[in-house]
Amino acid sequence: MFDLFAKVFGRDDASKEVAKERLRLVLVHDRASLSPQAMESLKNDLLKVISEYMDIDDQGFRVDFSRHDDAMALVANIPIRSVKRQSLSK
Amino acid sequence: MGEAIVITSGKGGVGKTTTTANLGAGLAKDGHKVALIDADIGLRNLDVVMGLENRIVYDLVDVVEGFAKLKHALIKDKRFENLYLLPAAQTRDKTAVSPEQMRDLVEQMKEEFDFVLIDSPAGIEQGFKNAVAGADKALVVATPEVSSVRDADRIIGLLEAQEKHKPFLIINRIRADMVKKGDMMDIDDMIEILAIELLGVVPEDEAIVVSTNRGEPAVLNPQSRAGEAYRNIVRRLQGENVPMMKLEDESGFFGRLRKLMGFKG
Repeated sequence: MFDLFAKVFGRDDASKEVAKERLRLVLVHDRASLSPQAMESLKNDLLKVISEYMDIDDQGFRVDFSRHDDAMALVANIPIRSVKRQSLSK
Repeated sequence: MGEAIVITSGKGGVGKTTTTANLGAGLAKDGHKVALIDADIGLRNLDVVMGLENRIVYDLVDVVEGFAKLKHALIKDKRFENLYLLPAAQTRDKTAVSPEQMRDLVEQMKEEFDFVLIDSPAGIEQGFKNAVAGADKALVVATPEVSSVRDADRIIGLLEAQEKHKPFLIINRIRADMVKKGDMMDIDDMIEILAIELLGVVPEDEAIVVSTNRGEPAVLNPQSRAGEAYRNIVRRLQGENVPMMKLEDESGFFGRLRKLMGFKG
């Protein structure tokens, strides 16, 4: 019964919500800390997939994690040399 | 051929040793031949939790270095004929043993025992690597706190990277009264965050402190709620399908009354 009240009146100050939100952010960061090998493998896979669609400059290819206030992002900088025409019809 | 199960957590003080002792005693009570290995070299404690600290002659490092035979180092439990402890060395450190040596030792013990439970040290360094080396299954103990869940997540990542163990979660020291008020993460919150299969939930219980004081695992105490939770986990480890125990709030008037009158779930 009490649980129902708590839900209806929505206790926003419940500290477990704070805990979950903090954990969510810290775990995104923890889990994103890939090993250099995993990072290299991710880069190679990305390179492989994107190369099917366009001709890219693999020397200038950069992949990094970037952290904003409350989110993590995977940022890739991929210089394009040319786009293959036939891939557009896929 | 027996099964080797490592009990681990990442963070210290969340109940790995207590869990190992209770699951070991519970499995032995159900008639299995069980060996407990204290892999926390340099900071051994499974011996005191089991009440066997006065019987240690040889330890794990003595066995690995060939200084003592396994059968001479194993300590027989006071209560069960079929329960044994291989204590950790207290005067050495984690580097005294290698993961390969642990794997060989556990392999050898699995031939003789139905269950080999390995109590892992805290941390993710060599001691942890030694503890998981020979294990077939991993149990991750976590309490409903930010620091514990974070470390459990890291451990789960390391275990999954090995692709050898599918880790199972044991939520320890949960308090129904705080969960009810929204001041403690509940079972669903923890499963959602950690995304692994739940093996059991152990409520916070003063009986654990008393049982550790006496060196008698709470799993043998029919009055203890934590003991009951451990008995359920023991049954699940044997392949039984046991529903999760209902968490009861014993803080209110009726809760206290119920506790006083000895009613259980």
